[in-house]
Formats: sequence, structure tokens, C-alpha cells
Amino acid sequence: MSFKSTFCAATALSLVTASGAFADAHSATITIATVNNGDMIRMQGYTDNFTAETGIAVEWVTLEENVLRQRVTTDITTKGGAFDIMTIGMYETPIWGANGWLVPLDDLSAEYDVDDILPAMAGGLSHEGTLYAAPFYGESSMIMYRTDLMEAAGLEMPDAPTWEFVAEAAAAMTDRDNDINGICLRGKAGWGEGGAFITAMSNSFGARWFDMDWNAQFDTEQWANTLNFYKGMMDASGPSGYATNGFNENLSLFNQGKCGMWIDATVAASFVTGDDSTVADSVGFALAPDTGLGKRSNWLWAWALAIPAGTQQQAEAKQFIEWATSTDYIELVAANEGWANVPPGARTSLYENPNYIDVPFAQMTLDSILSADPNDSTVDPSPYVGIQFAAIPEFAGIATEVSQEFSAAYAGQQSIEEALEKAQAITNEAMEAAGYR
Amino acid sequence: MARAVTTQRKIITTAAAWTIGLLIFFPIYWTILTSFKTEAQAINDPPLFFAFDWTLENYAVVQERSDYMKFLWNSVIIAGGSTILGILVAIPAAWSMAFVPSKRTKDILLWMLSTKMLPAVGVLYPISLIFVEFNLLDTRGGLMVVLMLINLPIIVWMLYTYFKEIPGEILEAARMDGATLKEELLYVLTPMAIPGIASTVLLNFILAWNEAFWTLNLTAANAAPLTAFIASYSSPEGLFFAKLSAASTMAIAPILILGWFSQKQLVRGLTFGAVK
Amino acid sequence: MATKASRSAARMMMAPAVVLLLGWMLVPLIMTLWFSFTKYLPLRGDSIERGLDWVGFSNYSRFISSSSFWPSIQTTLIMVGGVLLITVVLGILLAMLLDQPMWGQGVVRILVIAPFFVMPTVSALVWKNMLMDPVNGIFSHLWRFFGAEPVAWLQDASLSSIVLIVSWQWLPFATLILLTAIQSLDSEQLEAAEMDGAPALKRFWFIVLPHLARAITIVILIQTIFLLSIFAEIFVTTGGAFGTRTLTYLIFQRVIDSQNIGLGSAGGVYAIILANIVAIFLMRIVGKNLDT
Repeated sequence: MSFKSTFCAATALSLVTASGAFADAHSATITIATVNNGDMIRMQGYTDNFTAETGIAVEWVTLEENVLRQRVTTDITTKGGAFDIMTIGMYETPIWGANGWLVPLDDLSAEYDVDDILPAMAGGLSHEGTLYAAPFYGESSMIMYRTDLMEAAGLEMPDAPTWEFVAEAAAAMTDRDNDINGICLRGKAGWGEGGAFITAMSNSFGARWFDMDWNAQFDTEQWANTLNFYKGMMDASGPSGYATNGFNENLSLFNQGKCGMWIDATVAASFVTGDDSTVADSVGFALAPDTGLGKRSNWLWAWALAIPAGTQQQAEAKQFIEWATSTDYIELVAANEGWANVPPGARTSLYENPNYIDVPFAQMTLDSILSADPNDSTVDPSPYVGIQFAAIPEFAGIATEVSQEFSAAYAGQQSIEEALEKAQAITNEAMEAAGYR
Repeated sequence: MARAVTTQRKIITTAAAWTIGLLIFFPIYWTILTSFKTEAQAINDPPLFFAFDWTLENYAVVQERSDYMKFLWNSVIIAGGSTILGILVAIPAAWSMAFVPSKRTKDILLWMLSTKMLPAVGVLYPISLIFVEFNLLDTRGGLMVVLMLINLPIIVWMLYTYFKEIPGEILEAARMDGATLKEELLYVLTPMAIPGIASTVLLNFILAWNEAFWTLNLTAANAAPLTAFIASYSSPEGLFFAKLSAASTMAIAPILILGWFSQKQLVRGLTFGAVK
Repeated sequence: MATKASRSAARMMMAPAVVLLLGWMLVPLIMTLWFSFTKYLPLRGDSIERGLDWVGFSNYSRFISSSSFWPSIQTTLIMVGGVLLITVVLGILLAMLLDQPMWGQGVVRILVIAPFFVMPTVSALVWKNMLMDPVNGIFSHLWRFFGAEPVAWLQDASLSSIVLIVSWQWLPFATLILLTAIQSLDSEQLEAAEMDGAPALKRFWFIVLPHLARAITIVILIQTIFLLSIFAEIFVTTGGAFGTRTLTYLIFQRVIDSQNIGLGSAGGVYAIILANIVAIFLMRIVGKNLDT
């Protein structure tokens, strides 16, 4: 019996210790999950301005992209309610919106001027005409190239080059002895990394993920052409180990002066011309290449703020979104850090602003965004929306596996034929499981 | 007769041991060193070992971006709380297994260990749903319980092996002298088992501190420990080796220091009954 | 000494631990089993409240017939086996070295056990970026210094690289346990053998190794439990590409990337089965040493 009392005491003690920890009260504080990209980090720095204006405190949960996706997806599907605002992309928004998991942003204030959002962005963040997430920044992809190396190679970059020209220029700029690679491209596995790049590239080669009956199309000549062209060019003029390079690795290579060309997100333009870049003075921009089939190889993406339907603090969350994605916020950043550092690609008025259009990459960014159409991204008709992805729930899983097979082919661990065969099998298998076929 | 150790042999052993020790330690050393460099120096070719201007800038940037103390405090509370809970539950269990063994003791022990084989990702949804149901999401208390349960088998096993080494006669003698079960546990057993309990506590604290799946997936802003802190630096736009190093150093420094100061305790206890 | 009263007291004292662990094991396990027989695609709107459709064993057959399944089992076994082999062999050698008299033994011991304190995410990040990066990593500098072409570690030697990282983390643990065991070795016995003229290798084989058997068993057992669920190291370094997709990682992809909870749960059940096969296997081979 005496033991019993000891044990009870111990249990009680531990409960007392723990009870303090269980009581985490929410007051006028909103919790925001976001990705650790430069523009988001900058926004965190200005949070105090928002709190001063509105009296609403903000808690940030900043996570690396893959961890963020995992965390917010689990939270929304289990109705966890841990966040009042989530940072999500163009892929998630329409799917979640369709499930009724997001608060529709159809009653934003008049000053906010929702019609100012670039139509391409608003379209990608809507489901059946209702906006479910407000773009914080938007991007397409384009060529960033070294004007000095291009000149030394005796070439001139057209505004809208072909893949053929890009491969030729890459070969001409490559200088292995001086550690200069003609071209740096993503090869890293993952649907948002190399998977996004190769899918956007395949569009310009006339390939598509699915035909109108949702049959995988990796057994087509167009896909074989895409991969053969990519691998041939990268083996000849790309950096060693390119199959593990993603956005970060390539940005670092380019900033260190080790790439002649880099085709990637338009937001990178402000990094390669910024303080961390050793080549900031000699960067030129051009549209992503094509092959003359009518589609270019640029994508469309936005990091956007959305409100999960379960939150208790809808009004506060909306207030924050209106603040963070407003023109006032853009001006706030411009006043403090210069126009080159404002979040790009979200609002039409930014590109009509005479201060901004002088920024060297502004026009090319806008042109790239305007030339991307998620509703008509492939040469042959396709049943899905999205350029570098297909906006169906199964895509992330399938494309991650497929891009792993591709990366293994880039690394020479299997042939391109083998990779495509496996991709075909993986995709059809998953689509069958999901009940499409 | 003691074996004569020649100086020559001692020199060779020392040289070999130091070489290997430094090799093993190198990644940590390099991380700490890099955290004091600028980003440009961090990727300098050839690598800079000493000749660079030491800077604390990376730490300042990291601290400005995320409130380190909040994450640190959560780590301490969660790891500490789960350890205390675990010890409280495990001591009676280990005691009874060691001193009142039955035919099933060994089976129970192995069964307990087998619960650790449940792959965490496989039960992410069940656990998340339970956490949502009981409002435990993003609470330190919820995490304490989960981490306690994860490490409980190891704690029970470690304590069991220590208790077994305590001669039963002493307890019997105490009982003869009229000690109650409580007194026996408190005044006889516990003092003898202190070294074992101490190293169990240490090991469990380390394991709980470094757990990175549940602490990431079940927290948001309130209960996030250092594992979440590091997840916000792991792949930013661009390769910021120096800042990554600073964040890494901040995440591992407390436990590294604790480990070093208590390594004698830990080493003495980390036997799992391997020594008889 | 086991009186009836003390037996019931013992049972009572064991109860909290047993009940808690039983709950911790059973509740998720039952839910996992339930999900594994249903179509549970949260992104398609499936949820428990709306009721999950029963689909029988189709998740199980789909998981096992996937082209990724057997390779993932193979990868898991290679990874666990590789790490065990490296940590046990190097652990024995290192423990024997550290047991010798030397200057600065305490400091060396601190250096050797340090990796054990580093959280897996951090160690994976450090190895991937600071050491193994093919352009800026210190290995690539070293390779270039000797005039060699830098190796793209996580691409061309992906599985070995991860085995190396994990071994680095677990070597301290193995070394510590083996060191304690060696220190308890009766040195007179060794000296006697030495005087009898037994060569070093023989002394190791017939005296040291048998003495270490129990410690080795424990190292293998504990490490296997932890190694079967290795996750952060793969997530951070390769993301499962280049043949590093273990069973645990495959389940992760099914649950998180594909958001197919039913399929992932079936995979979870397979993982439990695999873990138990490994455990039984271990018990058979090494259980004799573990006369607990």
C-alpha cells in the first residue's frame, strides 16, 4: 500500500509538471507556416510593422520547402488547425480549394484591389473562379546568362532562343580548365526540383505527361528526345554531378562564376545580380528556349498565402494576407531595400511602375510570366492544368518517383530507355490505383 | 606482475588514438570553424583552417531570424520532461523485473523493445489524428509523452540490467530489518542504483533531444524544439554554409557540452548489462 | 524471496510501463491495420468522418507488386548490414586502441564519442554540404589538391555515402559499449597467454573476442532497432534517389508524397513484419549470449 501512495505521488508530480506545458493559450496571435526563401525571410523582418498597425501578433514557423509541404499537408488533411495561414503553391491551392479546406478570398477589401493580381497568377490560385490564396510572389523561368562569356564565345543571345542555340552556346562557353560550365540546369530528384524543370522542358519538345485518357506518355518519341537532348547537353557542357543539383546548388555555382547559362526561376534574377554574386555586373536575360513547336520551356509558379478553413482567426489572418500581398508592402520593401528586392511577379501595377521597370530583369520576368499558360501548356492536348506539374493530387508522388528514375539516368546508372520504361510503369500503376484508368 | 609498457609503445598508441580521434571529430570541428567565417570564406578554395577574420555575424543573423532561446527552452523542457516521465514509469517496472523475475520477464523485455520497431512514418497519420482529437498538437506535454513512450523500452532495459547487478541479499537483509517496500526502494535500492539511473537519464535525454520526426511533425510555433529550428536553415535559397554551420552549432552545442561534462557518467553506465 | 505479496506488488509496479507501451503499440497499430484495408486518399476527400471504403487486401498486393518494393528491402538490408559491420569491426579495433595506456586518454575519448550527440538532421546536413558537396565540400578540395577529379558522393556512391554518415553517428555508441566490456577483461589472463607465447592474433581470437560476445550482441540488437527506421539521413541527402530508398523511405513516399494512407499503412504493416523477422533472426543467432 505504501508503495501505491509513492507511485500516486510520483504520477501527480509528473502531471503537475506536464499540466503547465499543456496550457498553451492562443490570444490575438496568428501562426503562419512559411518556406525559408529570401523574400519570406525579409517579410518576417517587417512583421513588427504589421503588429504595430493592427495589434495582431504573428508567430512564424519557417521550414525548409520539403519539410513545409509535409507539415502543412498533414495538418490540412488531419484538420490539425496548427496554422492560421499557410504558405502554399500553385499545385496545392486548387486541389485544397476544391476540397473546401481553404477559406475563399472573395471578400478582400476594395483598397486591396484584387484585380491587380496578374491574371496568370490569380488563375493558378483559383478553383472554379474563386481565389483561394493570394500570391506573395510569382515566377516563371528564364535564361540567365553571362554576357562576358557569351561575348568571348563570339555569340549573341537572342531574346527568344531555341534549344539548339542554347546547346551550341553552352558548348562554346564551356572551359573545363577554368572550371566554367556552359550550362547549369536542375537534375535533382523531386517533383519540385528536377522534375519541374524537365517537365517544363518537355513541353517545348512536344511531350506531355498524359493523353486525354490519362495514359502515361513516357513511351513517346518526344520524351525520349527531351531526355536525350538534356543529357547530351549536360554531359557535354554541364557541371559534374549535375544529377544532384537543384535550385540552390545551381545558384551557388552561377554566383561563383562557374556557369555560362542557367535556366531557372525568374526570382533568381535578383540573387544573381545581388550582393552575394561575383558576376552581378555581367548577367543577361532571355526567354526560356523552345524548339519551334509553339511552346516554350518556362513554367509558372507562385508562393501564396492561404487560410485553412478550420482557423478561429479568419479575420486576423485575412488582415495579414491583405497587408503582406498589398502594393503598400511592395513600396515598404522598395523604400528600405530598393526596387530590385521587392517580391516580384504578383501584381500588374508593379510592372507599370516606372521605378520598377528599370530593374534589368523586370521586363523579361513579365514577358516570361505572360507567355506561360497553365491551361494550355502542351503541344498536343492534355487533360490536366499546370505547366511543370499536373494539378491532380497524385502528381507529387508520381513525379517524385519518376524524377528519381530520371536522375539515375542522368548519373549514368541506367539508360534513358530504362528510365522512361520505369517512369511509364510507375505512372500507369499509380493512375490505376487512383482510379483514372 | 604488471606488464611493462615501453615509452615507445605508448607514443605509437597515443599518436594513433589522437589521429583517429581527430578524424572522427573533424566534421564537428569543421562545422564550428565554418560558423565563424563569412559566406565567401566558407567556400574558399583552398579551405581556410586558421587564417581568416573571425566573425560572429552568422550567429547574429541566425538569432535575428529565429529566437534561439525559445527553441532551446522547448528542447530542454521536452527532452527533460520525457526523461523524468520515463524514469518514473520505468523504475518500478525494472525493479520488479530484476527482483521478482518470472518466466515471462525476458519475453516482456523483448516485447517492449519490439515496440520500438514500429516505423514512425507508418503511424504518422494515426498519431496525428489522435493528437488532433485530444488537442495535443503543438503542446510540449504531448511531445513529452510521445518521446517518453518511444524511449521507454530502452530505459526499462538499461535500468533492469543495473538493478540485476545489485545483490539480492542486501535487499533481503533490509527486509529482515523490517524495511517496508517503500523504504527498501527509496533507501536501499535507489542509492545503489544512482550511477545506473544517472547514465540512463543521460542517454534518454540525448535520444529525446535528437528525435527529429515527431518533434517536427507534431509542432508549430509553441512547442517547436531545436530540430524545427534547424529545419528552417537546411536548404535556403542559395548555399549559405556559414549560416548553416552557425545554426548547426547552436543546435548541437548544448547537448555536446552536456555530453562532454557527463561523459564519465555516461560511459560508466552505457553497458546495457554487457559487462558481468 | 518471491513471496505471493511481492509478486502481486511486482505486477502492479510493472503495470504502468506495460499498459502504456501496450497502448502506444496497439492504438496506432490497430488504426494502421484498419487504414491498410481501406481506400484512404485524403487529397481526394476521404476522411474517417465520411467513412472509408473497405478494399480488402488490394493495398497489400499493390504495395508488394510495386517495382520499388524488393529493391527497397534490399537497400534496407544492405544499409543496416553495412552500418553494423562497420561499427562493430571498427568499434572493436577502436575500443582496443583506447584501452591502451596513452597520453590524453580522456580528451581522445571525448573526441570519439562526440558524433553520438549530434542530431541526425544536422549530421546529414553537415556531411552533405560541408564535406561531400562535389564543388565546395572539403573532400572535393582534398581530391583536387591531390590532382584527382572530385567525386559526386551522393550520386555515384550514394548508398555507401549514407552508410558512412550513419556509421559515423553510431561508431561512438559501439565503441563505448565495447570499451567498457574490454576494460572488464581480466588482464592477468591475457598476460598469461602472452607469456605462453600466444601470438597477438590468437590472443584476440580466443580470449578477447569471446569475452566481447555479449557486448557485440547488445550493440547489434540496439543498433538494428534504430537503423531499421533511419529516415532523416536519407531525406536530407538523396531524398531516396540513386538506390537509397529503404522500406521506411518508401512508406514515407506513399504516405507523404502520394498521400495514399491506405497504401502507406499496408507498407507499415510489412515493415513491422520485416522488423520482427530481423528480430527473430537476431534472437536465434545472438540470443544465446543474452541470458537476461
